Amino acid sequence: MSITPMSAKQLAEKVITKENLFILDVRNTDSYVDWKVEGEKVQSINIPYFHLLDGVEAVLEQIPEGQPILVVCAKEGSSVMVAEMLAEEGREVFYLQGGMKAWSDNLRPVKIGDLNGNGELYQFVRLGKGCLSYMIVSHGEAVIIDATRMTDVYLEFARLKGAEIKHVLDTHLHADHISGGRKIAEAAGGVYWLPPKDAVDVPFEYEPLEDGKKITVGASVIEIQAIYSPGHTIGSTSFIVDHSYLLSGDILFVDSIGRPDLAGLAEDWVGDLRNTLYSRYKKLSKELVVLPAHFMVMEELNEDGSAARKLGELFKENHGLNIEDEKEFREKVTGNLPPQPNSYQEFREINLGILEKDEEEQREMEIGPNRCAIR
Amino acid sequence: MIKANEVVDAKGLACPMPIVKTKKAMTGLDAGQVMEIQATDKGSTADLKAWAESANHQYLGTIENGTVLHHYLRKAAEDEAVEKCHEATVSNEELLQVLQKEEAVIIDVREQAEYAFSHIPGAVSLPLGELEEKIGKLDKTKETYVVCRTGSRSDLAAQKLTAAGFKNVLNVVPGMSKWEGPAKSL
Repeated sequence: MSITPMSAKQLAEKVITKENLFILDVRNTDSYVDWKVEGEKVQSINIPYFHLLDGVEAVLEQIPEGQPILVVCAKEGSSVMVAEMLAEEGREVFYLQGGMKAWSDNLRPVKIGDLNGNGELYQFVRLGKGCLSYMIVSHGEAVIIDATRMTDVYLEFARLKGAEIKHVLDTHLHADHISGGRKIAEAAGGVYWLPPKDAVDVPFEYEPLEDGKKITVGASVIEIQAIYSPGHTIGSTSFIVDHSYLLSGDILFVDSIGRPDLAGLAEDWVGDLRNTLYSRYKKLSKELVVLPAHFMVMEELNEDGSAARKLGELFKENHGLNIEDEKEFREKVTGNLPPQPNSYQEFREINLGILEKDEEEQREMEIGPNRCAIR
Repeated sequence: MIKANEVVDAKGLACPMPIVKTKKAMTGLDAGQVMEIQATDKGSTADLKAWAESANHQYLGTIENGTVLHHYLRKAAEDEAVEKCHEATVSNEELLQVLQKEEAVIIDVREQAEYAFSHIPGAVSLPLGELEEKIGKLDKTKETYVVCRTGSRSDLAAQKLTAAGFKNVLNVVPGMSKWEGPAKSL
């Protein structure tokens, strides 16, 4: 038997289409417990590669027969070694090309819907880390929102759509991953927008995203309206796209709400979060489809692999929108915070333009789970 | 400078090679000896630590020098299980109380690399293997505390010192593995 590479893209398709998949993850146990490939039909076990240096005989019975096996490690090298050993034992084996690094970097575009005047809205799903970013395309123009570090993916996508990137927006200063916004704007000659309250003293130029600001895409057919919605950060801003979609950033997710503490100000910002969710959002049309900047668990994804839900449904089902008592809300939100994301301070500094890291260092930093919600 | 009995060069090698090389080199080392592994793969720290734990080797620590990581491991030693024979002992807590009142002569008989990553302030590093040649430099009349990781090597050292005419030698039990007092690194 020989071994076959599986790309992160192929793996993403298997996860979304709910193919049965058995994963042998050979990273060290801490890394596996912290963060792994997940999916409804994904079954995985962890045996660190350094326990398998003398052979795989001892673990063969833990690995199902007659079913393809995917061996996963951090970068690739160890998974190839283990995959070859399993293949020698007659198993059908794949290894994840580029390892968990490639999985972290993989973006899967999903079309969310058509917009006014032949426009289109795409969601870029980063399955490995749960980041969601967006592209609106219309009449040869494109707007990108909450772009990740993998800037080439957006540039290439816009190119294939024959669209020029006019505007690049970030809903807030991200603290859980590196924004690609500024880099894309520079590469494409577009305008970079950021909420001014999140961008105090940044060394780069940007256009301030203020409440009520309207940006149009493709000869004023599609309107993006900014709504000041603080709480996750002091500057957090949401967008209503084409009167139909609410891009909620890290304020509201499908099955959770944003956390107010990543800039160290949980107590100060919890009131803003409450006000945004229970007052500002409540006044919006229940028909708006909420498109968040993150998802936390695979169950939040729809059949097509997108994360999108009507605001009205979220007001019924999302626990974070249904805590009537303000004091209880305060306690739930500030008393029950999950661990902070790895390197979140450094992410903020990079996104503020005051810390420089090369591409490989940036990739390393992003390895690991995303933790920006409170369930 | 941290001393090692053997140096493994795994610079520029990606996972799994640093561990593959380390494991291979480990078989040539005597129990209780120290190995330095030089690597540039950032993941090698967590992996070496986890591997060492599973193989009962002692992970001493890592020093970052530019882009090179210097990892230090001590090969699993069987002496740790040996029955202790030197009768005069003190507990870690007792030694800590002594230290709060006065200066004491403490001899740390672990390998220099173990001492380098964490030791009691004021303790003198004198690895068990070098004790006999350096015994003449020590003052036989002073109360002397001997410490190692688990109390086994220090037990052997205490016996040697007593045999050499030291009047008041106390073995610290269990020693650095459970030490909660102040500690220094080089």
